[in-house]
Amino acid sequence: MTKTLRGLSRRLNRREMVVGLATGGAAVCIAPMAAFATPAQVEEEVKKATGGKPLAEGKIKLDLPSIAENGLVVPLGFEVESPMTDKDYVKTLTFYAEGNPNPILAAFHFTPLLPKASGQIRIRLAGTQNIIAVAEMSDGKLFTAKKEVKVTIGGCGG
Amino acid sequence: MAAPTPRVRMPATAKAGEVVEVKTLISHEMESGNRKDKDGKVIPRKIINKFTAKFNGKELMSVDWHAAIAANPYQSFFVKVPETGTFTFEWLDDDGAVYKAEQKVTVG
Repeated sequence: MTKTLRGLSRRLNRREMVVGLATGGAAVCIAPMAAFATPAQVEEEVKKATGGKPLAEGKIKLDLPSIAENGLVVPLGFEVESPMTDKDYVKTLTFYAEGNPNPILAAFHFTPLLPKASGQIRIRLAGTQNIIAVAEMSDGKLFTAKKEVKVTIGGCGG
Repeated sequence: MAAPTPRVRMPATAKAGEVVEVKTLISHEMESGNRKDKDGKVIPRKIINKFTAKFNGKELMSVDWHAAIAANPYQSFFVKVPETGTFTFEWLDDDGAVYKAEQKVTVG
């Protein structure tokens, strides 16, 4: 009984919120300007960046929370397996998001002067979505990794 | 908004060839360009779009940041300290402003 009641009030809240957003003109997330990227669009972007070459799984370790309570600040840690020598290093590492207004999150350009291609940034996520990383090695080989992040409160600008 | 203040945390001394972690933070609102103000007008985008790390003038790494980088951008990464020298970090703003930070590291 309490469960259904709680569910009902939650639904009401959500409806109120949607109405409020639509009338208040503060509809940041559903504004036409902020048309969201789609998985297909991300695929297209990746293809553009890589020239359609095949991507292999592995080498990239993504450190992302499975559930992010606040989409405004989501820690994104990464490490790409590589000896980082003049002959064999990670050239670029690009992060894509399937459900953000902008399909690209960040693009790293490494040099062999770095000891390892590893670090952390903090990103904004508009909602639950997949994060895709694509690494290009100095020999032209491409690797990819993917992780889903569930976002409870979107960070699309509200 | 107050001028962005860059902060860098890394050891000031290291052994030759030691790998150390660098943590950087800069205060910046990173306005994504997707938000609207209360009159329904789009707030123009103003973000830091590039971060560069150099050692003694040589580039180690650069990162293109897009609108999805959270406000007050944090960036951590690892560097090798081959000799005594200066690490410089640069943040490039959409309006062309460059914010800089430096850190001397002594090998001893």
